[in-house]
Amino acid sequence: MNLGDLPDATAEHHRDYVLRMVEERRVRLVRLWFTDVLGQLKSVAISPVELDAAFEEGVQFDGSAIDGFSRVQESDVLAFPDPNSFQLMAGDRSEDMTARIYCDIANLDGSPFEGDPRQVLRRNLREAAAAGYEFMCAPEVEYFYLASDDSSGAPQPLDHASYFDLTTFDETSDIRRRTIQRLETTGIPVEYAFHEDAPSQHEIDLRYTDALGMADNVMALRMIVREVAMASGVHATFMPKPMEGVQGSGMHTHLSLWQGDTNAFYDADAEYGLSAVARSFIAGVLRHAGEITAVTNQLVNSYKRLVAGFEAPVHISWARNDRSALIRVPVPKRNKEAQGTRIEYRSIDPACNPYLAFSVILAAGLRGIADGAELDPESAENSLTEAERRSGDSALLPNNLSAALDLMEDSELVRTALGEHIFEWFLRNKRAEWGAYRTHVSSFELERYLRAW
Amino acid sequence: MDPLLLWPDPPPNDLVRVLDLAGLPWVAVTDESGTRDLSYSAAVVAADEDPDGGFAMARALRRGDLQSAPVLLMIRGTALADLDGRHDLFDDFCVSPAHPAEFEARVRHLLAADIGGEHASEIIQYGTLVLNLETYQAVIDGQPLDLTYMEYELLKFLAASPGRVFTREILLSRVWGYEYYGGARTVDVHIRRLRAKLGEVHAGLIQTVRSVGYKFGEARWG
Repeated sequence: MNLGDLPDATAEHHRDYVLRMVEERRVRLVRLWFTDVLGQLKSVAISPVELDAAFEEGVQFDGSAIDGFSRVQESDVLAFPDPNSFQLMAGDRSEDMTARIYCDIANLDGSPFEGDPRQVLRRNLREAAAAGYEFMCAPEVEYFYLASDDSSGAPQPLDHASYFDLTTFDETSDIRRRTIQRLETTGIPVEYAFHEDAPSQHEIDLRYTDALGMADNVMALRMIVREVAMASGVHATFMPKPMEGVQGSGMHTHLSLWQGDTNAFYDADAEYGLSAVARSFIAGVLRHAGEITAVTNQLVNSYKRLVAGFEAPVHISWARNDRSALIRVPVPKRNKEAQGTRIEYRSIDPACNPYLAFSVILAAGLRGIADGAELDPESAENSLTEAERRSGDSALLPNNLSAALDLMEDSELVRTALGEHIFEWFLRNKRAEWGAYRTHVSSFELERYLRAW
Repeated sequence: MDPLLLWPDPPPNDLVRVLDLAGLPWVAVTDESGTRDLSYSAAVVAADEDPDGGFAMARALRRGDLQSAPVLLMIRGTALADLDGRHDLFDDFCVSPAHPAEFEARVRHLLAADIGGEHASEIIQYGTLVLNLETYQAVIDGQPLDLTYMEYELLKFLAASPGRVFTREILLSRVWGYEYYGGARTVDVHIRRLRAKLGEVHAGLIQTVRSVGYKFGEARWG
């Protein structure tokens, strides 16, 4: 589904089609989208007459101000629009149409720019393809609607409903409905959407597609959710744990590998229908779970979600039914086993960079397959006492960003998956974030210690 | 007169002999890139040795800028079933090995028929859905649909044969072509996106036929 996989002639038809659309629909502005290393969307707008040249030669810009793009010597890079990702901006029916198109970032000599997360995912997907696999993802994105983005006080939810509640006169369910409509007309199909457990918390489940397309979709989703909320004077946040005492927001992601039309995770004759490939993939992800967590959960705040008691995973295990396991193997619908066998990675949160997060999970799973890693038996629900869970550190996910960065720094797997440039920059940036947090005196401390000591 | 375009390169000897004897100029190409900046009166795609390659070439010609040049497809009798669902790719066909006189007559007919220019309908219409094949625009209820290239191609293919059930495999080979490596679930992904863009009211235009594939057109009870 990626343009890089299409023969030249087909790629040219894509380009012709895009140019034709721009002309026919009188597009006035084309937004070139790309992502910085931390996962923030960036945009450069060009006039439609420049688009043809942009396909051929790229659009040159100074990357030094973009997080993670800076380099010592050469700061200029080229953005090459991916015609397969061209989309007119839905909802905008005015005369002045705008369109967006995702870009791959290249060095001036045309080689992939090592600081571009989209190029990193492309490279990891090529490695999967070389091993014969296509990687499919389907995330469940959770987020909160808040009365405002004022960060000086406690966040104010808009409702006090809970899981699956159908609320009448509920402003947020109307915003959610409009959001889904925007997503669907933008070509991002929604499987389910519902009110989540916590007050004002919502979830949107996307229908599976290839990992690159899905990472693009997650970027667009975060923007669309925020835009639609903002139009109603509401702030939407993907912060992993905005409110103490209630569930945080995760991005449980369903994963499968395919070989042509065959689901490589399914084997009718194996236990639970899990193929040897699936078992080794799970074993690989579990083995490297600690190392990749800094990437899947990149904020100081991410680790306040990964605590026991809030349906978030804390220990490194897999199970079919235990929702505190890191990897869950959902039971597929009857007679849909061949299509529906998949695994669900549950620690990842919606404030990640999806290109990098999908890259490291894939790399860990592929390593498991390459090594023929053996999978331990599944953990039974509540089979471990809290003390047992604590006893072996290796069985637990890192419990703060600093510990996660320590594991990442020693990981040859993450270094290879991200590439030297992003690996080094990410560690530097996140160590600085942790340093700033460590020296911060919080309200927790003031309330507890100021008078008592 | 512009030359005839022949595929593959080198073209079959028997065809070349007929054309040379008839005094019809020709130029052979190995793939679509050879047609760039080339002006030709009609194309002869000899798909007898490599049917998949031939269909891919015919498809490429249809998508090219010279969409108006007619295409004659040469095909083995044993491969006639492959024409099903591909009738938009060619204007006439001839079973090979062809009788020299028949081949020449068909070429001349193609050249003569093309004087009028238009040989294919440029509008596909179904209910309030209108596809303009020349401008690539799709409109439903007077509102333009913002489709990607493959979504457009898929909708065009389905809408050209309302009521007909297509398997995923057929859709994959006819819309994406054999050069595409992905599996049939690619079709599911695109169908789902198309339905999303058609919107709630019209999503039912594309129906799932259980354990078979997809069909375009209103449900009987719709």
